[in-house]
Amino acid sequence: MGILEVKGVNKRFGGLQALGDVNLSIAENTVHAIIGPNGAGKSTLLNVLIGKLIPDTGSVMFDGQSVLGRAPHEINQMGISRVFQTPEIFSELNVMENMMISCFAKRDGSFRMQAMADMFGEKDVVEKAEKMLVDMEMADKRYDHTAAMSRGDKRRLEIAMCLSQEPRLLLLDEPTAGMARADTNNTIDLLKQIKDERDITIAIIEHDMHVVFSLSERITVLAQGTPLVEDTPDNIKGHPKVKEAYLGEAA
Amino acid sequence: MSEFILQILNGLDKGSAYALIALGLTLIFGTLGVVNFAHGALFMIGAFCSVTLSRILNASYVTIDPTQKDFLGNPLKVKSSYMESWFGPEVGGAITDWSVPLAILFSIPIMIVVGIAMERGLIKHFYKRPHADQILVTFGLAIILQELVRGFYGANPIQTPAPEALSSVAQLGGSLGLEIVYPAWRMVYFFFSLAVIGGVFAFLRFTTFGMVVRAGMADRETVGLMGINIDRRFTVMFAIAAVVAGWAGVMYAPINAPNYHMGMDFLVLSFVVVVVGGMGSLPGAVAAGFLLGILESFASWERFKIFDGLDQIIIYLVAIIILLTRPRGLMGKKGVMED
Amino acid sequence: MLGLEKKDFNLLMVVVALSLFAPLILNIFPKESAFAFFNGGYPDLMQRFAIFGIFAIGFNILFGLTGYLSFGHAAFLGVGSYAAVWMFKLLGYNVLPGLILSVVVAGLLSVVIGFVSLRRSGIYFSILTLAFAQMMYSIAYSDLFGRWLGITLTNGETGLQVYNNDPQILMGPDSSTVPHIFGLEMSSRLTLPVGPWEFVFPVGYYFCAIFLVISFYLSIRIFRSPFGLMLRAVKSNNQRMTYTGLNPRPYTLAAFIISGMYAGLAGGLLASMDPLAGAERMYWTESGAVVIMTVLGGVGTLIGPVLGAGTIKYMENIISKMNEKLLHEWFSFLPESLEKAMVWSASWFTGEGWHMTQGVVFMLVIIFLPGGLVQGSNKLFGRRKRKSTDDAATKQPAE
Repeated sequence: MGILEVKGVNKRFGGLQALGDVNLSIAENTVHAIIGPNGAGKSTLLNVLIGKLIPDTGSVMFDGQSVLGRAPHEINQMGISRVFQTPEIFSELNVMENMMISCFAKRDGSFRMQAMADMFGEKDVVEKAEKMLVDMEMADKRYDHTAAMSRGDKRRLEIAMCLSQEPRLLLLDEPTAGMARADTNNTIDLLKQIKDERDITIAIIEHDMHVVFSLSERITVLAQGTPLVEDTPDNIKGHPKVKEAYLGEAA
Repeated sequence: MSEFILQILNGLDKGSAYALIALGLTLIFGTLGVVNFAHGALFMIGAFCSVTLSRILNASYVTIDPTQKDFLGNPLKVKSSYMESWFGPEVGGAITDWSVPLAILFSIPIMIVVGIAMERGLIKHFYKRPHADQILVTFGLAIILQELVRGFYGANPIQTPAPEALSSVAQLGGSLGLEIVYPAWRMVYFFFSLAVIGGVFAFLRFTTFGMVVRAGMADRETVGLMGINIDRRFTVMFAIAAVVAGWAGVMYAPINAPNYHMGMDFLVLSFVVVVVGGMGSLPGAVAAGFLLGILESFASWERFKIFDGLDQIIIYLVAIIILLTRPRGLMGKKGVMED
Repeated sequence: MLGLEKKDFNLLMVVVALSLFAPLILNIFPKESAFAFFNGGYPDLMQRFAIFGIFAIGFNILFGLTGYLSFGHAAFLGVGSYAAVWMFKLLGYNVLPGLILSVVVAGLLSVVIGFVSLRRSGIYFSILTLAFAQMMYSIAYSDLFGRWLGITLTNGETGLQVYNNDPQILMGPDSSTVPHIFGLEMSSRLTLPVGPWEFVFPVGYYFCAIFLVISFYLSIRIFRSPFGLMLRAVKSNNQRMTYTGLNPRPYTLAAFIISGMYAGLAGGLLASMDPLAGAERMYWTESGAVVIMTVLGGVGTLIGPVLGAGTIKYMENIISKMNEKLLHEWFSFLPESLEKAMVWSASWFTGEGWHMTQGVVFMLVIIFLPGGLVQGSNKLFGRRKRKSTDDAATKQPAE
């Protein structure tokens, strides 16, 4: 029984079958990659997982509870955090404030009226945010404006914010898309470090095979909206069906 | 039955005005992506084009007729209109009488100049700014335009009569055995609006220019990539929207004596109309304009009176209900003005 | 101090000092001097500074922090006034029950309007609030609910006022017949002539100023609180906010209600200074006016709204007082033809032309100084800003 169980999910857009009978099980404390050629339905699947899309049929269970029909903030509070393709951070606020928002969200839930307290007087939240910044080697950037940061730093901050919520499942949507090589390698190192140091399940959707094979323990290959194979990275590398799917794309 | 039809007719003239203003607002919003709070001012300027032309045509000079005496025994001062002395009493009188329809022509250059000045001079610089800034700057402009008009024309409403031939009361539906008494000018206004709306739609549908504009409304970037100078076309679109709003005002002058704040009064309702119709949808704006106009008229109908004064709030009530049940409005498209 | 950082505490002290010494500062010119015209230190105007300062501070909590542009806040101001006048009619002229009720009623109304309007954002939100406020205006102007219930509720066009035959059940035989706070009449004042100067210390003004300082203090606390941080998060990135497990809607609704209550308080205070309430206070251009004040001062800054309200109200009073006779006096040193031309052009912007000036100033600010006076003075003095709270003003509001 995995922490995330997808059973019999179908999703059509008009005449197009975006997802066809998807079954997927992500085991706890593993790094599970979902790969596939363009148009294979990766993004649709991700949107189903985070409750943005409701499938026509099927179920998505997280830790025994259905995520379907829940608002994004509820799904997050269940323990699923999401990292976006383009880093989504609060770009008008500085690094520390960004961190504190996610720490408050962890401590206080989706809404708490605290209008008369000093935000820097909430020692537990400040300490936690500080510690996370130190862990993520961002402490010296504490008061930097986030809008001007490099894409790699924005990504690092976004991941840090997600981690401060102590999620049980971290969803990464092409975390290195549009990054320079150095930033990509930094991000891979960061994710490896997270995987080693924390009890966390990571599901990653990625195009870059270098990233996929350096990180993941299980790989699901998606083609035309349906899982083709699921196996360990070593077995996937030489798999004829996978080659076919990717060659098909190239042709 | 006659009463029922009369209620519909009563709603048509206001509905026409709403539809024309909302049409212009939607054109500007759809093409330029700008929320124009000064659009009501264009309507008001149009109405004052009527006032101005009627004043020009009624200009007169005073001569002293020594052969006649007034009751104090002084020589009688005789006022005579330039129009009548130039063209003779018959033609001159007719020109003066028809000043409001003539103002349709008179208003065209004025509205085009005002529209282009507004777009090139101000709104152009706000394409990339947030909608809040657009609202605020055009709100400021609306105040200024309104004050200018007040400065020149004063604060009181100015009666501007329709041509005598059209200010009578029309008997409608005689052949159907119904007796409907309805002011002729309101019918004129309705058919005039239909013609203008039809013209705008035909222009967008059947001309290359219109096709580019429609493509631009759907996807501005792609059209820009095709090497078409979409900005110039959008300036023209703004001028057209200004003329449409102006015409709505020109012809409305006999229905409601123009005053300097009529633009602001109509603006709020027209915005509601646009939102109800669906932001960015031209047919939606027109349909919602007529719909709300007629609804307003029915709400004031004695026989249907649920409570007093319902007609004054019905539009807002309906708008709120529609926005809550159909967030994109009646005919709004997905992706237009979504967050 | 008072739970504030040193910098914020200093800012609060600035506001306290300004409020305390306003009667001196605003009467800087001797009574008989040529410049006495520019003195703003008479009771009625000073009260307005304080009251509209409160209104703008509250509006800024919504618009400045969350970026939701409400075009209907005058509805709360008007409702606050009506509530206060009703308390005068029913209970008596002590302003305290009136103020409490005005805040409560405005708060309840903002729950309803906010709940509905906040289902949409951006331009839709602005238009929904505008529609609600116009509806409230129509209801008040023709006293719809009153006619419906068969009583006088807003007294329509005439406006609500206190009559001799009103119950006023708490009024004793020797009770004051003007608004007062436990016997201290709002209209009473202390006039202090010092040489050529004449300083007036009105009770009503100081009463409002106390509320202004409290309002300002609360707004600082809100800005610096976790709640304020969440409101800034709403403005910055709604998507990241929801995917961080936060529900933006109750936060924005809370901000909407708080700003509605501020507006209600301002409305109640207006009625306490002059026991009248009319529908024109709810007209949508009044909602526009508070937007103008906030933007002029600096959206999202702490002190901006107070400065903006003060500037607008001062200009309104001084400029609308400038009549043609005065202009002729001022330009009398010029040759006659030039004088006439100057007077003619100046008269567009003075007296009744005040709205013109307001429109021009507003447009200039939006075009050249979107961050308002606060940003302008920062630019002028080249001050670097440290905390991102302070320059929220320079950022574009959320859609």
